[in-house]
Amino acid sequence: MAKTSMLLPKKGRRWSAVRRHMPYYLLILPGLVWFIIFKYVPMYGVSIAFKNVTPFETVEDMMRSPFIGFKHFKTFINSYYFEILMRNTLEISLLRLVFGFPMPLIFALLLNEVRNNRYKKIVQTISYLPHFISWVVVSGLVTMIVTTDGGLINNLLVLMGREEIYFLGDPRYFRSVLIISGIWKELGWNTIIYLAAITGIDTQLYEAAVVDGCGRFRRAIHITLPGIANIVTILLIFSIGGLLDAGFEQIMLLYSEPVYDVADIIDTYVYRKGMIEMNYSFSTAVGLFKSVIAMALIIIANVTAKLFGREGLW
Amino acid sequence: MERKTLIRSRRKKWRVDRITWFDYFNVILLALLSLTFILPFLTVAGSSLLGYEESVRRGTIRVIFPESPDFACYRILLGRNSAVYRGYFITILRVIVGTTLNLLFTGTMSYGLSKRSLPGKNTLTTIVFFTMLFSGGLIPNYLLYQLLGITNTFWVMILPLLINPWWMFIMRNFFREIPDSIEESALIDGASPFRIFFVIIIPLSAASFATIGMFYAVMHWNAWFDAAVFITNTKLYPVQVLMRNVVLSATSTDLNNEVLSGFYNKPPTNALKSAMIVVSTLPILAIYPFIQKYFVKGMVVGSIKG
Repeated sequence: MAKTSMLLPKKGRRWSAVRRHMPYYLLILPGLVWFIIFKYVPMYGVSIAFKNVTPFETVEDMMRSPFIGFKHFKTFINSYYFEILMRNTLEISLLRLVFGFPMPLIFALLLNEVRNNRYKKIVQTISYLPHFISWVVVSGLVTMIVTTDGGLINNLLVLMGREEIYFLGDPRYFRSVLIISGIWKELGWNTIIYLAAITGIDTQLYEAAVVDGCGRFRRAIHITLPGIANIVTILLIFSIGGLLDAGFEQIMLLYSEPVYDVADIIDTYVYRKGMIEMNYSFSTAVGLFKSVIAMALIIIANVTAKLFGREGLW
Repeated sequence: MERKTLIRSRRKKWRVDRITWFDYFNVILLALLSLTFILPFLTVAGSSLLGYEESVRRGTIRVIFPESPDFACYRILLGRNSAVYRGYFITILRVIVGTTLNLLFTGTMSYGLSKRSLPGKNTLTTIVFFTMLFSGGLIPNYLLYQLLGITNTFWVMILPLLINPWWMFIMRNFFREIPDSIEESALIDGASPFRIFFVIIIPLSAASFATIGMFYAVMHWNAWFDAAVFITNTKLYPVQVLMRNVVLSATSTDLNNEVLSGFYNKPPTNALKSAMIVVSTLPILAIYPFIQKYFVKGMVVGSIKG
C-alpha cells in the first residue's frame, strides 16, 4: 500500500494518507465538535461586547443587534473603578507571588534533608491534603477559624488580652487571609515539581562534593539549588502569564461588600456586572479586556522563556 | 536498575553526615507545619459537636473542644429526608457520569491526535491549544448554555467540562509512549483502529486512564461555581452548593425542617455550619490516602512532558 501511494502525484498521496487515517479522524471528531461548540461559539459571542444587548432579548436577536464600537471599553477604562480593579488584581497577584512562590521551594529543600524516608512520606501526604479540598470547603474552614464567634484565631487573641478582629470584613486584614489561605492550600502540592526535579539531579555531583569536604548546607546551596534553578525560572516566567488571575473562586467565596475596595478583582467584577446586574454587554467587554491582556502576557512569558533558552509552551 | 543505584548512592550520601541540630530542628519544623494542615479540620470537627446546653453554659466563644459532645447537628444533617442525601446523590451522579464522558471524549480525541503521521495534526492541535490562551468569558458561555437549553439542568455541570485541553495533551503523550509495533501487528491482523483503541489501547493504558480520570473526578467533586450560578433548582444542588449555603446563611432551616423543628433547643449555628463542613469533607478525607499517589504520578508526568 505504501508503495502505490509513493507512485501517486503529491496531491493524491496526501489524499490517500487522509483516507488511510479516516478512523482516527472519526475518533477525533466528537472532541473537535465539542471544542467548536463549547469554546469557539462563545468566542464568537464575545461580539456582544461591541453591542448593547439586554437580557430580555433572545440570543438570535443579540447576534443581529447593531454594533456600537468600543463604547463599553471606554466607559470601563474611564470609570473611577477601573483603577481600583486593576490595582487589586495586580496587587493580590503580586502578593501571592512574593509570599507564595518561595514557600514551596523552601519546603521542598527542607523535605529533601529529611533522613527518615517514612517521615518524609507522611509529611508530604499530609501537606498535599488541602489541594484536594474544594475552595468551598476551605472557605468554610477559613470562616470558622477567623470568625469572632468562637473562632480559633480570635480565641487566641482574647487569650493574649487583645481585641477581637473581624478578619473577613476588615480591609486591613482581608488580603492577608486570602494570601495565607491560598498558600496553605497549595503549599504541599507545589513542592511535587521541585522534589521531582531534585530526584533528577546526578548523584555523582553529591558524591564529588562530599569527597571535596562539602557539608550538607553547602551541598544544598551549590548542588540542589542550581539543579532545580531551571524549573524555578520556568515557573517564575509562566507566573507572568497568570498575573491577571488573582484567584476568582477563592475571592468569590470569601469577600463581601465592606472589603470590595481591597478585594474586588476583574473576574469578580465581571461576574457581578454580568450575572447579578445583568449588564451583559458591559460585563463581556470587561472580560474581553482581561482576556486580551492575559493572552498578551502569556505570549510575553513564552517569548521570555525562549529567550532564556528554555522550552516554551509552544 | 537506574533507580536502585540512585537509592544506594542516596544512602551513602546520608551516611557521611552526622546528625546535627539541624535534623532535630527540621523534624520539629515539619511536624509543626503538618499540624497546621490538620488543625483546621480538627477544630471544625470539635466545634461541630458543641451542643445547645454547653453553648449556653460556656458561650460559643472560646469553646473549641466541647466537654460533652453533642451529635444534634449530625442528627439534623444525616436524619431522614435531609437535603444532604440528595446533594450527595447529585454529586456522586455528577462524578460518575461526568468522569465517564470526560474519559470517552478526552481518550478518543487524544488517541487520534497521538498519531504522528496524521495529516492536519498540527492544525487540529492548534485549534485545541488556542482555547487554552483565549476564552469567550462568563456571559457568552452563559448565553450558549441558554441557547442549548442546558441551564438549570444536570447537564450544565457535565457538558461544558467534557475536555480539559491540558489533560488531553498529557493523555496524548501517554499514548505516544505505546510502541507502534503493537498497533501495527493488530492492523495487519485486520483489526480496525476503533477496535484497536477499545480492545487493545484502553486496557494497555489503564493506568493513564485512571490518573486522568481521577483528575476529572476530583474536579467534578469539588466544583461549585457552575452549579451555584447556572442552576436555580435546589433539587439539583450538589453537596458543595448545599455546604456553601449553610455556611453563608445563619439559619439554614431548609436543610431538614422535619428534624430541626423537632428540637426545642436548637444547636448553635456555628456548630451546624461546622458539622456541614465535616459531612461534606469526610468522604474525600477517607479515600484521599489511597488515591493521592496517583495524582502525584500524574502531576510529575504532566509537568515534565506537558
